[in-house]
Amino acid sequence: MKFDMVITGVGGQGTVLASRIVARAAMDAGWQVRTSETIGMAQREGCVVSHVRVGENLAGALIPDGRADVLLGFELAEAARALAKLKAGGKAIVNEDVIVPTSVSAGLSRYRVQDIREYLEKELPGVCFLRASEVAREAGNSKTANVVMLGALSTLPGLPFSPEGLLEAVLKTVPSQFRETNRKAFEMGRRAMGVC
Amino acid sequence: MAVAEKMLLMGNEAIARGAVEAGVQVVTGYPGTPSSEVFGTLAHFAKEYGYYAEWSVNEKVALEVAAGAAYAGARALVTMKQVGLNVAADPLMTLAYIGVKGGLVLVVADDPGPHSSQNEQDTRKFAQFAKLPVLDPSTPQEAKDMTVAAFDLSEQLGLPVILRPTTRTCHVCQDVTLGPLPATRNECRFDKNPGWVILPGLAYKKHIWLNQKQKEISRLFSSMPFNRAEIKGKTGIITSGVSYNYVVEALEMQGWEASLLKIGTPYPLPEDLVLEFLSRVERVLVVEEQEPVVEDQVIHLAWRHNLPVGVAGKHNGLVPREGELDVDRVTAILYKYFGFVGMEQAAAGNTVRRAPDLPLRTPVLCAGCPHRAVFYGFKEALKDYDPVFTGDIGCYTLGVIPPLNALDTCLCMGASVTIASGLSRVEQGRKHVAFLGDSTFFHTGVAGLINAVYNRAGITLVILDNGTTAMTGHQPHPGIGRNATGDPARRIDIAGLVRGCGVDYIREVDAYNLQEVMQAAREAVEYEGPSVVIARRECVALAKPGVRYRVNTGACIECMLCVENLGCPALCREEKVVISEKCTGCGVCAQVCPAGAIEEVSRHEV
Repeated sequence: MKFDMVITGVGGQGTVLASRIVARAAMDAGWQVRTSETIGMAQREGCVVSHVRVGENLAGALIPDGRADVLLGFELAEAARALAKLKAGGKAIVNEDVIVPTSVSAGLSRYRVQDIREYLEKELPGVCFLRASEVAREAGNSKTANVVMLGALSTLPGLPFSPEGLLEAVLKTVPSQFRETNRKAFEMGRRAMGVC
Repeated sequence: MAVAEKMLLMGNEAIARGAVEAGVQVVTGYPGTPSSEVFGTLAHFAKEYGYYAEWSVNEKVALEVAAGAAYAGARALVTMKQVGLNVAADPLMTLAYIGVKGGLVLVVADDPGPHSSQNEQDTRKFAQFAKLPVLDPSTPQEAKDMTVAAFDLSEQLGLPVILRPTTRTCHVCQDVTLGPLPATRNECRFDKNPGWVILPGLAYKKHIWLNQKQKEISRLFSSMPFNRAEIKGKTGIITSGVSYNYVVEALEMQGWEASLLKIGTPYPLPEDLVLEFLSRVERVLVVEEQEPVVEDQVIHLAWRHNLPVGVAGKHNGLVPREGELDVDRVTAILYKYFGFVGMEQAAAGNTVRRAPDLPLRTPVLCAGCPHRAVFYGFKEALKDYDPVFTGDIGCYTLGVIPPLNALDTCLCMGASVTIASGLSRVEQGRKHVAFLGDSTFFHTGVAGLINAVYNRAGITLVILDNGTTAMTGHQPHPGIGRNATGDPARRIDIAGLVRGCGVDYIREVDAYNLQEVMQAAREAVEYEGPSVVIARRECVALAKPGVRYRVNTGACIECMLCVENLGCPALCREEKVVISEKCTGCGVCAQVCPAGAIEEVSRHEV
């Protein structure tokens, strides 16, 4: 068994924590794991790509192009940027919330939301778009958008852990006072997948 | 770090765990990505496992403290990144002659890419230069196992040992199998002996000793489990560090077979093992990141032994000498090496259409970062001066990014002061303003400042004091009043230290108060002789968020000054300017707004 997943987003969105949670769930299910994360260089607001690999006889932590089974996009443009990692027929869940970089305000580049969305829809038949940050706010804390995304992930078939196992890894990882909010965010993420 | 069979550990945490398993007694370091979490983890567990841990002011100091402990027989570990080793180079080169009694392990993390560094220098070259053994782990598990082995090796050889992980080991998480914790620790006592005093006569003798050691180490390495060969035919691949993983996966993906030699000890080369491998193959490809350290030694060995084996790698342009490798890059290299024509099959399994133009996204100073206000204030205040702003290493290096465009130079830790001093010698009449952070000031900035005072360089130094070492993950330093293990410490007052260096003009300002910053900027550059401005505000990532601000759309004249000049990620240009929930309430945009249209959100509205 081999399962490769790419999580992509913007520094500060909790992608690193999400990759740790997924790795922990897979490890608790008895698999070998590797993650590779972007840390340092004041990564707030910068692009972040986390690789999570699960299975047997794993070698390196970097997923080759066209090999990821799942792409979890925490931000619209960043999902498009990482698309080459996904294998043909791979599954993708994309947070359609947009984080406009300061380079756009400074007039150095443009954020063409509609073009990017159309590109993703064309390249990823069956892509699920979520408003994860909004769902997280409803769950009680906008910072739990990463856990909303994990809840959504847990509905996909063929994962190397059960939805219960993933939720347990979430609850084991987040600070105790935020457990209930995160449980709610996870459940709401699951439900959101039913409507997309 | 509870005792368990397996734990999800980052490579840096795995190294820390290895040090604990090896019975480490003294740990020192200076933060630097990708190495920082090695020490961070060790400091966290220092009390539980009973060893000493300190963040030192720079890498030279860190190495010297660790070496002192090892002189007395303690097991000591020092952590830094590749550029930090330059700072520690002076003690290192002589320490190789002096040697150690207790195990001394230097963890020096390399950053091929580079992801967060000024250069891509290869620590294995430094090991070769210093004639010290170096271990090159390919995974977090191996990094842990090598750390334990490095202490034993160091004591066996009486030499410091370098463990050189790279970013893709340091910041990779793996299910790591833990080993037992030590029952005993080394007993420590420093025995006086002329052998500890490096005089020229001793240096000569020890140089001979060190050269002879190289062969002994090479022989020892040939039987170490970190080096192993698997023979599958006449075509061979020799690979080191994380590249080993990429080679294994590329071969597996393509269904190719080759004889494979994994090298975990790139210097000195395990010659017996490599010779045996070279005698079994007709040609060999060396795959390693950065410099041809293994490749050069393989070529040398084949030549010395008249072996009819072709060596390919960096010297024939097959393997790049810059940047990181990955499976895709290695696959392409293997395609060429195996002589396949048409790279199409090696390309990725999917064919994605080119994405539409995506927005440029660089890391930026956080919303509410106090550095932003200081850069903005100095730029505004000195508009009519054409000043040079020299920068340094830390979060504030990001002041170079538009729209701030506030920095003109950046070289290495502490160099803002010295570069400005140098410029001031040849650009009379121009204003030279150096910016550095509080931790960097303690690291090497203070030496540059003393030099500037002593030689009367007419520069302005701006110390951006946010009360932490922010970029590498908020490590403490002597200006904070707390040490690495969280205990209270005597706080070294930066202003007092600056005064002690002989600076007569010192202004302490609130980084969020633009008027204050701008007035100090004008005064400081007009002052004859060195002047220092200390701009204070806690790092916004550690501060509790204050009130928020909003744009009064009725009053906004849409001049866009706030958006276009500050580059705050909380300011968004929609139809009008909007302040997002990222706002931390620093209020700098409100001071910049010429229309007074940015106002506090009153508490009862939040």
